[in-house]
Amino acid sequence: MAKKVEFMMGNHAVAEGALYAGCRFFGGYPITPSTEVAERMAERLPQVGGRFIQMEDEIAAMASVIGASIGGVKALTATSGPGLSLKQENLGYAMLCEIPVVAVDVMRGGPSTGMPTGPSQSDIMCAKWGTHGDHPVIAVTPASVQEQFEETVRAFNLAEKYRCPVIVLTDAIIGQMMEQIEIPEPGELEVIERPKPTCKPEEYLPFDLDKDFVPLAAFGSGYRYHITGLHHNSDGFPTNDPVLHTKNTKRLIERINKNYDDIVKVEEFMIDDAEVLVFAIGVTARSAKHAVVEARNAGIKAGLIRPLTIWPFPEKHLDKILSKNKIKGIVVPEMNLGQMTLEVQRVARGRCEVEGLYSLMLDPILPAEILEKIRRFV
Amino acid sequence: MARIDIRLGGSGGQGTITAAAILGYAAVYAGKKAVQTKSYGPEARGGAARGEVVISDEDINYVKVLKSDILVALTQEACDKFVVDAKEGSIVIVDDFLVKNKPQGNFKLYSLPIIKTAAEDVGKSMVANIVTLGVVNELANLIDYEKLEKGVLSKVPKGTEELNKKALQAGIELARKAKK
Repeated sequence: MAKKVEFMMGNHAVAEGALYAGCRFFGGYPITPSTEVAERMAERLPQVGGRFIQMEDEIAAMASVIGASIGGVKALTATSGPGLSLKQENLGYAMLCEIPVVAVDVMRGGPSTGMPTGPSQSDIMCAKWGTHGDHPVIAVTPASVQEQFEETVRAFNLAEKYRCPVIVLTDAIIGQMMEQIEIPEPGELEVIERPKPTCKPEEYLPFDLDKDFVPLAAFGSGYRYHITGLHHNSDGFPTNDPVLHTKNTKRLIERINKNYDDIVKVEEFMIDDAEVLVFAIGVTARSAKHAVVEARNAGIKAGLIRPLTIWPFPEKHLDKILSKNKIKGIVVPEMNLGQMTLEVQRVARGRCEVEGLYSLMLDPILPAEILEKIRRFV
Repeated sequence: MARIDIRLGGSGGQGTITAAAILGYAAVYAGKKAVQTKSYGPEARGGAARGEVVISDEDINYVKVLKSDILVALTQEACDKFVVDAKEGSIVIVDDFLVKNKPQGNFKLYSLPIIKTAAEDVGKSMVANIVTLGVVNELANLIDYEKLEKGVLSKVPKGTEELNKKALQAGIELARKAKK
């Protein structure tokens, strides 16, 4: 059967992906260039028995999705840079309290109110370190309207599987543009449902520090437990014990790190015999792919590494390529002043040159600019 | 068909972004790949506005228009601003009345009364963007007419179907005469 192909806006595809994944709650506060996610959810959620609420601000919006998720419902919020800043406190809360939620950040120029309509990729580090304390983060980075849909589904799956918030880190170009999309049939993409606890309610330890995961019981399902942003014991009550603080923090980080292979997704394009690599995400990766094709046409052995998961950082992938191939240099184009480049340099450990290509011009970096950098390494 | 970069330039309110979106939709409906992007900022408030769409049979990597294969300029400002990015040998279409200083260069220039046709022959100047689509598709032979018409009719407000059909036809006629 011919697939259903549509011509859809990137932000709408995020909303449709969320619905496909079983999201039935959206709490948000409108902000350019993300508002179309909220608009689509406002229209669609009532059609599928879900709830939409516009909160008084981004802080409350993040709180509302946490509340919905503890209530047992898959929940989404969407925002842009200023809103991502405001959501950080509650994102940290969701991390420590192990609450699955998905937050979309459609990146625009910052800091502060910044450039409301100007595309950017400057929240890469904010997504990782915006909230304080040692913590794990999963962030996915779509680069097409199709991926806006699919990566949102994956974000929900990862959130449910690893009991943590997941950020969909996209940009104002991918979010605002229209492109063809094949809408997957129900059942075509994996959708992970939240497991329910099987123990007796009185034996339930919602944050069992001796286990990687415990199913999150929905409030109102008969399992009564305490939940707090203070460091807590297995039963959820606060503790000041530094040993437990260490144990739990490491547990939360380790359970993401040891599932690297399941979480981290990378597209590797023409890397088998590559001598020069381009490392790029989102809209910039599309410029990079264009440049790599042009480089190949000119006889230059170039390849592209395109992370679809930027956090955890795809260091195993990069490390493997660097230990296998003789790489002369890596070009890191990004629409900021060098946030990913430092990470690539860290993983490269001096094995090859790493050169950033930065732009704050609010337009995609041109393939010709990337090609020029590639040429410098050959 | 390799990628065709199309830039529709005019002033804010002329519907160039809508036209680009309709063209992208029709192309996808016809089985092609398409990406439509827009630009914000001061351009959206009366200055030189542009709708951009890239159409291809292959995967489209770079999402915006690089150098245009087809440029439409409905105002002098849009013409002056965007004509420098027209490819050699490409198609440049300007509104005959509003673009007084005709652009010169190594491209095929069509100076056509697009807005006048919309206002007088079709009866409403606001359908100039649909007249434009008819012109573009006829000159560049992008999409089957049926698919384009279906694309247009499914994206315009209910009750304006006949008007837009007429506008599309008028655009095609303009282009046919110009080709002779």
